[in-house]
Amino acid sequence: MPKLKLILLLIFLCSVTALQAQDDLLGLLENDSLQKKTPAYTIATFKTTRVINGHSVETTKNGVLQFMISHRFGTLNSGAYNFFGLDQATIRLGLEYGLTDRFTIGVGRSSLEKTYDGFLKYKVLRQSKNMPVSVVLFTSIAATSLKFTEPERDNLFSSRLSYTYQAIVARKFSDKLSLQLSPTLVHRNLVATTEDQNDVMAVGAAGRFKLTKRTSFNAEYFYVLPGKTADDYYNTLSLGFDIETGGHVFQLHLTNSQGMIEKFFVPGNTGRWSKGDIYIGFNVSRVFTLKKKKEVK
Amino acid sequence: MRFFSVCFLLILLYSSTYVSAQGRYFTRAGHISFYSSTPVEDIKADNRQVASVIDFSSGEMVFSVLMRSFEFPKALMQEHFNENYIESDKYPKSTFKGKITNAQSVDTKKDGLYKVNVEGYLTIHGVTKPVKTEGTLEVKEGKILGKSNFTVAVADYNIQIPKVVQDNIQKTIDIKIDMVYEPFKQ
Repeated sequence: MPKLKLILLLIFLCSVTALQAQDDLLGLLENDSLQKKTPAYTIATFKTTRVINGHSVETTKNGVLQFMISHRFGTLNSGAYNFFGLDQATIRLGLEYGLTDRFTIGVGRSSLEKTYDGFLKYKVLRQSKNMPVSVVLFTSIAATSLKFTEPERDNLFSSRLSYTYQAIVARKFSDKLSLQLSPTLVHRNLVATTEDQNDVMAVGAAGRFKLTKRTSFNAEYFYVLPGKTADDYYNTLSLGFDIETGGHVFQLHLTNSQGMIEKFFVPGNTGRWSKGDIYIGFNVSRVFTLKKKKEVK
Repeated sequence: MRFFSVCFLLILLYSSTYVSAQGRYFTRAGHISFYSSTPVEDIKADNRQVASVIDFSSGEMVFSVLMRSFEFPKALMQEHFNENYIESDKYPKSTFKGKITNAQSVDTKKDGLYKVNVEGYLTIHGVTKPVKTEGTLEVKEGKILGKSNFTVAVADYNIQIPKVVQDNIQKTIDIKIDMVYEPFKQ
């Protein structure tokens, strides 16, 4: 009997050793805590910093300067005489720079009402395994520089200004689908009539669907919350198509807004899809890496 | 008598386990870099969080590489690498599982430089291919420095490069491995 016990013990021990010898070296690495800890923040929720007119949740990366040309032709319904809008153009030139991966500053100048704008954009939350959404806070100031129509009046510089405050909440649901919501407040210091609201609240909804690795279909809608301004103007709906080629992103779109900054396309849009007030437009953005990442030693 | 022989056997078994644990060298801060150089542009990336184990008792060697940890000088290159080429969300890791075929020639107790041959299977972008390469292992003050250079053909791993940028990226990427292994403690 003791012999049998010994043999059993021996078999048991042998099997333990066999198990130990079998343990996979790769398995050893899988369990390594450091590799697990590396945060995997979601990247490329959208192709670029704009969905169409509005900002996307993307920020320019640290040390990267983005030059952007945004362009809208005239309306399609302006007929053959205007070559279906192609005779006309409004344009915005913009520069944005990533002070950090999460903090972007930008400036731009639109030909519409000769408007200068500046903005700050900060990524508060980044989507990852533990965080369902990315959140960006956005604020901008716009100053029109048109000559005052009534020079006799006591015209103040502050009358030229309007402000936008926006929170952009986005989620990349899959490789292909990203959606975002952006509650927006636009404050205009001076409005055209006494009935117009100075403060206009709106909610933007936008999404992109990737068609291939480098192209995507985008849609964007800004719903202005009920009020006098909402009654007189129209919500902006835009449909677009992004094409990425190396350092460039081309965005082609159809939209019922001629303006390309918030003060125009949120509370001040007069175009209607149903009437054919559709602008063909494009954004072209090009990035330049001004500050290269230093090699970590 | 039989009891003693069993005891002896047991001790032998334990000591062999002990030896194999002793023969393991480990790192989680290995450095892998790759280069692609074309007349259009040079692309370089570094990953300094590579985990690897060598078991000298069996000659087995494994690597585990988080693709997200490759750092490029340009943020856009990094995004393209992860989003379009490697698809890091789908294939977060690359691994190598193989053997040093002449592991017996390496004396981990004695400082010196050894030429080694490595054979095994490399998995990148979900595709596994056999690879064979040479490298050196240098035993130095209880640590082992591993170095190797080899090339990987992009097409082998089903990584598609669109026509517009195909002149920007080499067909075969040069890979450089530079590791500092330390004795593995359980």
